[in-house]
Amino acid sequence: MKYIDEFQDPDLARRLLDDIHSIVTRPWALMEVCGGQTHTIIRHGIDQLLPEQVELIHGPGCPVCVTPLEVIDKALEIASRPEVIFCSFGDMLRVPGTGRDLFQVRSAGGDVRVVYSPLDALRIAQENPGREVVFFGIGFETTAPPNAMTVYQARKLNIPNFSLLVSHVRVPPAIEAIMESPSCRVQAFLAAGHVCSVMGLGEYPELAERYRVPIVVTGFEPLDILEGVRRTVRQLERGEHTVDNAYQRAVRPEGNPAAQAMLEDVFEVTDRAWRGIGVIPRSGWRLSPRYRQYDAEYRFSVTGIDTREPAECRSGEVLQGLLKPHECEAFGTTCTPRNPLGATMVSSEGACAAYYLYRRLDLTTPSLEASTVV
Amino acid sequence: MSETTALRVPLPDLTAWTCPAPLRDQPRVVMGHGGGGAMSAELVQHIFAPAFGGQTLSQLGDSAAVSLGGVRLAFSTDSFVVRPLFFPGGSIGDLAVNGTVNDLAMSGARAAYLSCGFILEEGVEVSVVGRVAEALGAAARVAGVEVATGDTKVVEAGHGDGIFINTSGIGLIPAGVDLRPERVVPGDVLIVSGDIGVHGVAIMSVREGLEFGVEIESDCAALGGLVEAMLAVTSDLHVLRDPTRGGLAAALNEIAAASGTGVVIQERSVPVPPAVANACAILGLDPMYVANEGKLVAFVPREHADAVLSAMRAHPLGAAATVIGEAVEAHPGMVVARTGLGGTRVVDLPIGEQLPRIC
Amino acid sequence: MCLAVPGRVMDIEERDGTRMATVDFGGVVKEVCLEYLPDLQVGEYAIVHVGFALQRLDEESAKQTLELFANLGMLQEEFGDPWELAAEASGSPRPDSSETTQEARQ
Repeated sequence: MKYIDEFQDPDLARRLLDDIHSIVTRPWALMEVCGGQTHTIIRHGIDQLLPEQVELIHGPGCPVCVTPLEVIDKALEIASRPEVIFCSFGDMLRVPGTGRDLFQVRSAGGDVRVVYSPLDALRIAQENPGREVVFFGIGFETTAPPNAMTVYQARKLNIPNFSLLVSHVRVPPAIEAIMESPSCRVQAFLAAGHVCSVMGLGEYPELAERYRVPIVVTGFEPLDILEGVRRTVRQLERGEHTVDNAYQRAVRPEGNPAAQAMLEDVFEVTDRAWRGIGVIPRSGWRLSPRYRQYDAEYRFSVTGIDTREPAECRSGEVLQGLLKPHECEAFGTTCTPRNPLGATMVSSEGACAAYYLYRRLDLTTPSLEASTVV
Repeated sequence: MSETTALRVPLPDLTAWTCPAPLRDQPRVVMGHGGGGAMSAELVQHIFAPAFGGQTLSQLGDSAAVSLGGVRLAFSTDSFVVRPLFFPGGSIGDLAVNGTVNDLAMSGARAAYLSCGFILEEGVEVSVVGRVAEALGAAARVAGVEVATGDTKVVEAGHGDGIFINTSGIGLIPAGVDLRPERVVPGDVLIVSGDIGVHGVAIMSVREGLEFGVEIESDCAALGGLVEAMLAVTSDLHVLRDPTRGGLAAALNEIAAASGTGVVIQERSVPVPPAVANACAILGLDPMYVANEGKLVAFVPREHADAVLSAMRAHPLGAAATVIGEAVEAHPGMVVARTGLGGTRVVDLPIGEQLPRIC
Repeated sequence: MCLAVPGRVMDIEERDGTRMATVDFGGVVKEVCLEYLPDLQVGEYAIVHVGFALQRLDEESAKQTLELFANLGMLQEEFGDPWELAAEASGSPRPDSSETTQEARQ
């Protein structure tokens, strides 16, 4: 695909890697905020190619992983109702709630459907006027505008049987929470490119200044990641801490004003619990009062939710960058993608699942060098 | 594989174990049990194999090799529950023939006879049944196999999905041919017969909720002829697999696990057509996990690899055949990909259904 | 956060009062909502996430970024401090002198 393939070029990757190797002089700990970036890093083995002084800490930017257990349990309850068609992005189906997941709701008779876009859920609502159609609106600032637009459309087109179960989260408060944590080791951030495509850069200079950390807006292809790392290491080596945009082709300083205006209209900022981390003040969005009739939590008064997280799941520490996935005792033993204890083991961009899938064994390079394939 | 790891590592302190909350003891079947990955394998290992017993079943290949009256036969069965019934490049009728014919071909056998069971849902249009039957008959003629016996049942409306089909097939295994994953040894060359992911993407493109436009048709085809051409070079092929559900990743993991060798693939050598790569990019899927219906993978002794590859390329269904990797001594039972950038990653057995991701 | 990919707008139409486009992702075509990029034109590229165009893709910037990467090794070989020169080169065309110098040395 144009503008993807070029940014996977091995020769250019080599140039970027050479440059990173030539400028790094001491150990640095960088956090890539976004799960999509974690996915690229592990999928292409980028962390193995970086100088050993550069440590990548996988951040909490996996929307599936941080959706609070309570909301997932609410989703499971709503999806179990006979009058409901419950629509969701695919990767939410396997996230464990308290004792079960959406797949199991479906196997017990629930009408749970995977859709590509929230607009697909709206169409299903139009086609099924006798049923309640609920869309599971999770995600960061990138996914919030599509969900906001869908609710806006539902109101505009007067589709009363559509509602949104909202659990949106915002990146800047998470960066703040990570930096305020006493055990924080993070020295710089690769900020999430597509979040900034929507929100622009405006929220970051204050954070970079307050915590004296470089924040480099970074894309998602291998060359984008390497360029983000290169610019970050450069700043660290020079003792700088500015906001830099390494993803200019998709990020403008002002972001997308139309999307921001829609967010302003449809949502309001709220405190939000992050699974495994806890409540982060002003870190989420919920539907604003004008759209409350489209809020699934109001429409289906769900009560009696008793959430229980497995005690040995340490995904909170993983999400905060305090623990590498394989350092958790449950990793690969009681906790696998097949039987996830925590959400980080579920979604392929969750740090634990990414580790499990791609890095489970410390593969020794020599044995691979020895193979003379093709 | 993960499961064996789990067994070897000591369990955490059980007194401190408050809530393991494992989802493993699922009281009901979920879709993932039919996905051809780890969950399907568990169902077979924990429910079916112990219940049925029997030596032959323990082969757990695509088809069973059995001896009857001094003759070696390949024997296989497969059920087809595809939605929609007609998709770009084929239909459930084509799949019902080619799926079973290919399972037999992976034993080196040319399919001779098929049985065909139809389970029809009350209300399905007779003309639709007719079109499926036509497609099935045509596919059988192309594959050179005869539908020798059949059965029809009807279930109440709402208790089926239009049409389900089961086919079983038998065929003769030529003398000297012994295709089993256990025969794979380090050094064997891994060949794939052509572009991967085509069938899965063609099906996804017409699936409700995911629809997209793409000029791609299912690769659904009968592979008996291609296998014959390969066996004409040497009967000493080690193993063949058709990477259907679970894709290349599932097929290679099964072979690695059964053979006890490691498998290394060079990611850049794996033939992925742009439309497949791009559809996967949009949905967040990995082409190595996407289904194929007219491709095979072969582990071939190194000395025969060039000749087998040439023979494959001379056949219409193997024109794009290429070497993608090899069997190695390192990391037994595990499939490892060398990425385009020179890194490595483990290509694991898929868990259940492939899910589009948003992140 | 998010799987978003660049696609090229093939055509645009109003549907239910909503601006929708047919977008081509290298041979894969999907319907995409343009409400957040109302001035996007046929032929332009946009970053698309779950069926919504969220930002225009700046083709010139993409080209410059790739040129910067391509120049990294060159500049390092020739001059030493890649950062300064690469940053400079990204803003302006690569100086011809580097090529002539290289040729002269050969």
